Amino acid sequence: MANVKPPEPVRVSDPPSSKDICLDGLSVMVDGVPLIHKLNHRFTSGQWHCLLGISGVGKSMLLRAILGLLSDTVTGDIHVEGSIATSAGSSLQGRVAYMAQQDLLLPWLSVHENVVVGGKLRNCSPPGTDRADQLLQATGLRERADDLPAQLSGGMRQRVALARTLWEDKPIILMDEPFSALDAISRLHAQDLASRLLVGRTVIMVTHDPLEAIRLADHIYILSGRPAVLGNPISPAGTAPRAVDNTDVLTLQGQLLSQLGEVPH
Amino acid sequence: MTGGLARSVVIAGGLVLVWQVIVWATDAPAYILPGPGPVARVLLERLDLIAHHAWVTALEIILGAALGITVGLCSALTMVYCRPVQLWLLPVLVASQAIPVFALAPLLTLWLGYGMPSKIVMAALIIYFPVTATFLDGLRRTEPGWVDLARTMGATNLSILRHIRLPAAMPAAASGIRVAIAVAPIGAVVGEWVGSSQGLGYLMLHANARMQIDVMFAALLILTLMGLSMYFALDFILRRALLWQPDINAIEHTK
Repeated sequence: MANVKPPEPVRVSDPPSSKDICLDGLSVMVDGVPLIHKLNHRFTSGQWHCLLGISGVGKSMLLRAILGLLSDTVTGDIHVEGSIATSAGSSLQGRVAYMAQQDLLLPWLSVHENVVVGGKLRNCSPPGTDRADQLLQATGLRERADDLPAQLSGGMRQRVALARTLWEDKPIILMDEPFSALDAISRLHAQDLASRLLVGRTVIMVTHDPLEAIRLADHIYILSGRPAVLGNPISPAGTAPRAVDNTDVLTLQGQLLSQLGEVPH
Repeated sequence: MTGGLARSVVIAGGLVLVWQVIVWATDAPAYILPGPGPVARVLLERLDLIAHHAWVTALEIILGAALGITVGLCSALTMVYCRPVQLWLLPVLVASQAIPVFALAPLLTLWLGYGMPSKIVMAALIIYFPVTATFLDGLRRTEPGWVDLARTMGATNLSILRHIRLPAAMPAAASGIRVAIAVAPIGAVVGEWVGSSQGLGYLMLHANARMQIDVMFAALLILTLMGLSMYFALDFILRRALLWQPDINAIEHTK
C-alpha cells in the first residue's frame, strides 16, 4: 500500500524463547452443551495462527479457554476439561498477552500509562519508561503519550492497545478480533503494524474476516460445527502482511468465504 | 466560568427583586413576610449570633456527610466483594428506605442527646442510602473486559480493585456524593428542630416563637448559602478529579 509509513526499527526486545502450545483433549461445555469436544491441537511456536469461523461457533470461547479466563467465570455454567500447556509440559500462566476487540484502555490513564498498565497491576515498578517510549514510537503515537484515550481516534486507540500488548513482552499473543471495530483503511494499517511488530511470537488470532486471516496468518483453521472442530490448516503463500490486491489472496478469500457460507448454522 | 458567575448573580438579584415585589404587592406586615432590606439589616446587626449557630450547623453537615459517605462507600465495597452480605443486606437497606428518616429524629435525640451527635447521625442516615446505592451500581458495572485483561496480566483481586474497579466506579460515586451534600443539610436542620440548644434550625424555631421573623429569614438565607457553597465546592473538586469523564460537563450544563 502506498500510504503505509516506512518500517521503523522495532526490534524492541527479542521475544522470549517460545514453545508450541498443545491442546490435549480440550472440552468446553456451556450449560451442559459441549461447544468444544476433546480437541487436540498443536500450535507451532513463532508462527501466526488464525481461527476463522462464523459468529457463535465458539472461537472466542476457545481463546478464553487458552487464556485461562473460563475457569473463574461466575455467570453461566461453563465447564472446562482437558489440558492446555506448552510442549515442555508447563502451564501457559505468565506467558500470554491478550488483545481484545475493544481496546480496553482505561479512560482515566494517559496513553503512556495505559501502555505500562501491566506493571502497575502487578504492583511492580515499571522497568524504565524507555521501552514504552520505543513502543509508542513504533506505533506512531509518541506525540500522543500524554493524551487521554478519549482524545484519540479508534485506530489510534487500537494501536495503543497493541503497544500495551507488546509491552507485556510475552512469547504468546492471543487476539480476539482485534481490528474488527475499525474502519476498513485503519484496519489494513493496524494489520500491517501488528504483522511487523509481532514477528517471532506465537500468535493465535480469532477472526471472522477471511481477508484478515489471509493477510496475516501462517496457518488458517476454519472452526465449524457443534461441537466445533478445527479444519485442516490452510497456509497462504508469501510473507505477511500480504497485499490486498494480490490475486492469490483474493482467490483464497473467495474460497474461504464460500467454505464459511457452506457450513450449516 | 465567568459566564456562570454572572448568571448566578443575575439569578440571585432576580430572586431578591421578586421577593421585594411580593412584599410590596401584598403589603404584608413585617412579622409575616419581612422584605430583603430588614432581613439584611438584622443579618448584619446579629451577625455574631447567626455566625455562631451557622458554624454549629455547618459542622454537623460536614461531619454527617463525611460519616454517611464513608460508611456508604465501605458498605458498597463489602457488598461487592462478599456476595452473602449483598444478598442479605441489600433488601434490608431498600426496605429501610420506607421508614421516613424524619420520624427517627426524636428517637435519635432520645438516644444520642441534645448535642451534635444526634444531628450528625441524622444527616449521615439520610445520605447513606444514595451513596451506597450509586457506588454499588458503579462497582457492579465495571467493564468485564478490563477485568479479563487485568487477569491475563497477572493482577491480583486487590490490585484489580485498586487500579480498575475503584477508579471506574468513581463517576457513579461522585453522583452519590453530590446528592449527599445536597440533602445533608436537611438531616442536620430536622435534627435541630426536634431538640437542640444551638444551630440554625434551633435559631429559626427560637426566633419563630418570638415573632422575630426577620431573624428566621436571615438564618434561612445563611443556610441556603451554606448548602450552595458546599455543593459547588465539592462539585468543583469532583469535576477536577474526574476530568477524564466527559459526561460530567454535559450534566453540569443541563442543570
